[in-house]
Amino acid sequence: MLVPVLFGVSLVSFSLLHVVPGDPAEVLGGAEATKEDVDRIRREYGLDRPLLVQYLQFAANAARGDFGISIQSRHPVRGLLFQSLGFTLQLSLASILVASVVGLLAGIISATRPYSLFDALGMLGALFGISMPIFWLGLLLIVVFAVQLHWLPSGGTGTLFHLILPAVALGSASSAVIARMTRASMLEVVRQDYIRTARATGYREDVVIFRHALKNAMIPILTVFGLEFGSMLGGAVLTETVFSLPGVGRLLVEGIFARDYPVVQGAMMLVATTFVLVNLLTDAAYAFFDPRIRYE
Amino acid sequence: MSEAAGETLRERYERAGAGGELADLWRRLRRNRAAMAGAGIVALFVLLALLAPALVPFSPTRGDFGDRLQAPSPTHWLGTDELGRDILSRIIFGARISLQIQVVAVLLALVVGVTLGAVGGYLGGRMDNLIMRAMDVLLAFPSIFLALGIIAALGTGLVNLMIAAGISSIPAFARIVRGSVLSLKEREFVEAARALGAGGGRVLCRHLLPNCLAPIIVQATLRMATVLLTASGLSFLGLGVQPPTPEWGAMLSNARSYLIVAPYVATIPGLAIMVVVVGFNLFGDGLRDTLDPRLR
Repeated sequence: MLVPVLFGVSLVSFSLLHVVPGDPAEVLGGAEATKEDVDRIRREYGLDRPLLVQYLQFAANAARGDFGISIQSRHPVRGLLFQSLGFTLQLSLASILVASVVGLLAGIISATRPYSLFDALGMLGALFGISMPIFWLGLLLIVVFAVQLHWLPSGGTGTLFHLILPAVALGSASSAVIARMTRASMLEVVRQDYIRTARATGYREDVVIFRHALKNAMIPILTVFGLEFGSMLGGAVLTETVFSLPGVGRLLVEGIFARDYPVVQGAMMLVATTFVLVNLLTDAAYAFFDPRIRYE
Repeated sequence: MSEAAGETLRERYERAGAGGELADLWRRLRRNRAAMAGAGIVALFVLLALLAPALVPFSPTRGDFGDRLQAPSPTHWLGTDELGRDILSRIIFGARISLQIQVVAVLLALVVGVTLGAVGGYLGGRMDNLIMRAMDVLLAFPSIFLALGIIAALGTGLVNLMIAAGISSIPAFARIVRGSVLSLKEREFVEAARALGAGGGRVLCRHLLPNCLAPIIVQATLRMATVLLTASGLSFLGLGVQPPTPEWGAMLSNARSYLIVAPYVATIPGLAIMVVVVGFNLFGDGLRDTLDPRLR
């Protein structure tokens, strides 16, 4: 599965430059490029060769992490990508931490007290979390915590404090999804006989919930984790813009504005590959939580 | 099936009598208070969008520079923006733009996704494999990244935004319809139709697809919410609808520069997006519970 999907991803990324109306060399050169510039770009980027050869060269280079030279900064795209990937991964991990803690706790509390006030409030919060635009939540957090209260910085990087607001903004939607899935999954598990047996044996309630119920409810929750990581990589585009963070999302948006196609292609390939690998890791984690699942 | 063709909903309702399936569906949906609240929000949103020209008190694109960044007042109920334009008028017209984007993008995704999913599921074999691998490739990109890639290739603007948001939603429809067709195509009524000489196209259109309607309607309703979030996100980044068109995401993007002096300018468009997304989510969840509880 991994190989055909990565092949398709490379094909989509490669096609981006060739779908743009007009001669790719002129597109890369920009409006002010002279004929000599366009000829030089055509040779430099191998655009004078057959399309199949161009694709094979692109795929071979991409496999080595080489996406060429950025048109805007004239630096290798690989360096720009790895520099920004660090920020995006930091942000995504901090957000998944926020989403996991809030989502799991809210889901467990809702499932252990179904149809109570806690449950209603938790699920109402989840509905708003799913429906709130990330960029708007980010702006509201800046207004309250940076502009009004002066508790946290409104953007930029440097310390852990700089990560708090972006992580909350990015993690909110995922925490809502995780809370809903945890509640649904836990509600099914807590009705099982083995949970009643565990309680009858005299285990404390927290042991029953966390060791017996949660572990068995983890498979659907894990699926959501895998998918949510993807939506976080997507949401990072907006969060990085709101909080001025130099991540892959912002690099991609700046690349689109500057028509810097090597950067756009590299960012698309990198994000899709990361997402596919995270889903692969999620599949592997299933076997850890449920020994009945084994992969050949 | 043939009896139902060409019949209006009202005729079908009358034919079925008070105990008919549609009346029963409506009764069950009406009992779901959350779904009805969602339906109310969606109805209000659609009405605002349709009646926008008759409702707005001021021009949504022209403002009085002397009235810039005014707080809410009896003249301008929601205040004015940085160019002195009435925010209420822009929000009402924004509903029109948003609805237009949602309807076109979801229809595009529905037509292409349903066709691909139905053909793949019905034919099986290599064609199915090819279609589903293509869907896997699209799903390998977090949806906003895919939309950004498409914008990078096609350029910004309303039409390209609709295309980008639509293409990102195709896999969701294709997967759902393929799954339904796979489970239905071996059933007796399909075998009977084939035995009576019905060709593949007829079996798909007259017998299989009408039985997949429930998940398609639910998915279309929930996708209206996702598309609004994606489209307003792209406009927020400056890559969707361009100024001076009153699109909610673009309005939020402009409001970023005035967060300190006029935070309400950023509050209202975000609130509008969230309320509409909550409406579609509630209504979609309610439809899912009513039409096909197995999807829960």
